[in-house]
Amino acid sequence: MIRQMLMAAALIAAAPATAETVAIVDARILTMGPAGEIANGTIVMRDGRIVAVGPMVAVPPNARVIDGKGGIVAPGFIQADSTLGAVEVSQVPPSADRATHSAAISAGFDISQGLNPDSILLPVARLAGITHAVTAPLYDDRSGRELQFAGQAAVIDLGQQPEMVTRPRVAMVIEMGEGGAERAGGARGAAIVQLRETIADVRHFMRNRAAYDRGAGRPQPLSRIDLEALIPMVEGRMPLIVKVDRASDIIEMIAFARAEKLKIIVDGGGEGWRVAAAIAAAQVPVVVDPLADLPRSFSEIGATMDNAAKLAAAGVTVIIKTGSGVAHRARELRYGAGNAVAWGLPFDAALAAITINPARVFGVADRIGSLEPGKEADLVLWNGDPLEPLSRPLALFIKGRQMPLTARPLELRDRYMKAVP
Amino acid sequence: MKRFAPLILTALAACSTGEHPQAPSATPAAEARSAPIAFPSTYHAAPSGRVAVVGATVLTATGAEIANGTVLMAEGKIVAVGAGLAVPDGYATVDGRGKWVTPGVIDAHSHLGAWAQPETVEAVNDVNEMTDPNTAQVWVEHSVWPQDPGFDTAREAGVTTMMILPGSANLFGGRTVTLRNVPAVTMQEMKFPGAPYGLKIACGENPKRVYGAKGRSPMTRMGNVAGYRKAWIDAADYARRWDKWEKGSKADDPPKRDLQMETLAGVLKGEILVQNHCYRADEMANMIDIAHEFGFRISAFHHANEAYKIAPLLVKEGICVATWASWWGYKMEVYDAIEENAPIVHQAGGCAIIHSDDPIGIQRLNQEAAVALSSAWRAGMKIPKADAVKWFTANPAKALGIADRTGTLEPGKLADVVLWSADPFSIYARADRVWIEGNTVFDRADPQYRRHSDFTLGQAGATP
Repeated sequence: MIRQMLMAAALIAAAPATAETVAIVDARILTMGPAGEIANGTIVMRDGRIVAVGPMVAVPPNARVIDGKGGIVAPGFIQADSTLGAVEVSQVPPSADRATHSAAISAGFDISQGLNPDSILLPVARLAGITHAVTAPLYDDRSGRELQFAGQAAVIDLGQQPEMVTRPRVAMVIEMGEGGAERAGGARGAAIVQLRETIADVRHFMRNRAAYDRGAGRPQPLSRIDLEALIPMVEGRMPLIVKVDRASDIIEMIAFARAEKLKIIVDGGGEGWRVAAAIAAAQVPVVVDPLADLPRSFSEIGATMDNAAKLAAAGVTVIIKTGSGVAHRARELRYGAGNAVAWGLPFDAALAAITINPARVFGVADRIGSLEPGKEADLVLWNGDPLEPLSRPLALFIKGRQMPLTARPLELRDRYMKAVP
Repeated sequence: MKRFAPLILTALAACSTGEHPQAPSATPAAEARSAPIAFPSTYHAAPSGRVAVVGATVLTATGAEIANGTVLMAEGKIVAVGAGLAVPDGYATVDGRGKWVTPGVIDAHSHLGAWAQPETVEAVNDVNEMTDPNTAQVWVEHSVWPQDPGFDTAREAGVTTMMILPGSANLFGGRTVTLRNVPAVTMQEMKFPGAPYGLKIACGENPKRVYGAKGRSPMTRMGNVAGYRKAWIDAADYARRWDKWEKGSKADDPPKRDLQMETLAGVLKGEILVQNHCYRADEMANMIDIAHEFGFRISAFHHANEAYKIAPLLVKEGICVATWASWWGYKMEVYDAIEENAPIVHQAGGCAIIHSDDPIGIQRLNQEAAVALSSAWRAGMKIPKADAVKWFTANPAKALGIADRTGTLEPGKLADVVLWSADPFSIYARADRVWIEGNTVFDRADPQYRRHSDFTLGQAGATP
């Protein structure tokens, strides 16, 4: 039965994308929008967008109808802090475009360029209900240890079309705390001073661009590419993703952002629960890995499975990720959210943390993250609780296109399972 | 925390479990001449009372799922398991209604203690003796730091036993050690009495990369194989010299002990179990041929992401497959990993194990098994939970050579038991209580049982 449905889905996706009207009926719909949860409803998609969602929606006469069979429809999940689209095999550098060790470019590195829609990782992540990712650059420490910024992140979709970038340059990425200290020569204080100086350089460049173009004025240690890239960040228009875990590092970065009028997102935040009230007061979102419960470093002594729950309870906007910079293991996102629930995060909050929260924080909530009329039709029909390993997607749509629930690993499975009775 | 001091230190004079030699299949005489018992276990189960867990759904790991089950434990052993058994007098009753019971979780592949937390601190990373492709002479137990906070979090997740391995930078990484997950000050207090040693062998990319980068052999897979074969030739020669002395008059001095050869010879004699890190199907086949050439057995292929391609061969050879469901793609030799790996081996009649190789993953072996089980169901393989539970209990016990003692809930086995808050194949299930030999080692309701590591004591933000 399931296999028949999968095959049907594959046939549909193989057909040319046409302006199609599709309705999923008889499903519990977790809209993550103002409509909340719909116990038994219908959702209608047309031309890539959601046109109606609710308990009493009439199915248009021309619609292809999918029987939800009492399953659950949820928005497609968004894996934050991912490298999807930018890597095939982590330890094969020519297959990875997620980091640069060039001394000439750091902040200017724009990961939205050079992505691969044919990556075999994208269908694998889709099998876990993921329709979008925040693809963020990593550091490459092979050289250029002084490198300050990893580059700029992008929101992408997993629809495997050439136009896979939902929104480029959504955030600048920097590692502070231990990692920042290492790059600044070995001390946290040095990293902060260096970051402040960089911001001053950018502001100086903005005021004296004409002189810079004439080859006059104060020498700039950063390349022009980097200086230009940092302008939206210093103007507070582009958020700065700050990778820190220690409670004191979080407090330090909140104060720094306030002084410099930056918008920041804390990534990691392993000890965030200890300073949750301050984070909430500063309205700083936190991207957490709920499974990070060990003192991996001296910056994460207080790491605990309760982190996401305590942050959310304090009023912090929580985004859940799994791992850091994951691509291959992106598919474990829903299990990270499920574990956060097991350790006290309300189910709705956990679902928000992998749908509408990242959409809002990364500036794409007008398009994705919840099931509302007018938004893109990025959604998944599940045969049960989407956070449970024993549940799986029965149908998945990206921008209204039904995607095949197949992937290279499943083809490998089918090639070899024949040999097993 | 105080509760644990008597638990560990109280020795039972008559406790038989604490006195086993480390290589039970070796004769005492043989041990006396070639390998006196070194670093003996000082683990002792504290006297445990009589406990009855009633009303839970019990997965025995022998293939049964028992509704409204009763599990009786006394004197550290399982006494009885069955549906609705009457609780005899003298048993403390634990209400398991709405909950699930499994055997204690066993991780066949862990580096806890040897690659300890904080893992970014090089000072507590003692897992790879990367100074020679063959370091069969090292014993990973001498790297184990019992204060690794990872032991605590693993215990909170139901892990009662785990094998710690060295490597995988070397062709021969050294001896493994099997530990009971009890709070302890010394490794010896954790050492599983009577558990056989393992020998860690690593195939593929790791050894060739590490030594190739140093400009020495091995830098290719053919170099790897040449390295293994040379070592086995040397080990066979060493074993022959000892046999000759043993069978002779013993008038001459015995051959000089060589720790490296002693470990390899222990494999040839069947006393030490081969635990082989090997991802690719073709490489596993090569390792099987080497085992045939030199006359030893491979207990388990670890990681073994391509086991599904050669499942019938692995079944025929009786080799367990310890693997993940989720990990793939980080290097070429795991490019073909699939979630269905363990289920396909299982369906072929093999011994499938879900392992962690990771201090975070070890806390969720049940969930990783659930991912594998889900992939099986997606593929149409109708594997019941009662069988899938073996992937993190009975089967690792088999690969570690301790299946006669633990891994299933059967009368006479050690009372290593987990009471889960829900179906262990649910993402929401948490270990509520954990027993090792009938002693409570974790109770979620009692803060005294959490975080015993000296390292976390008195640290800012450490959770109670």
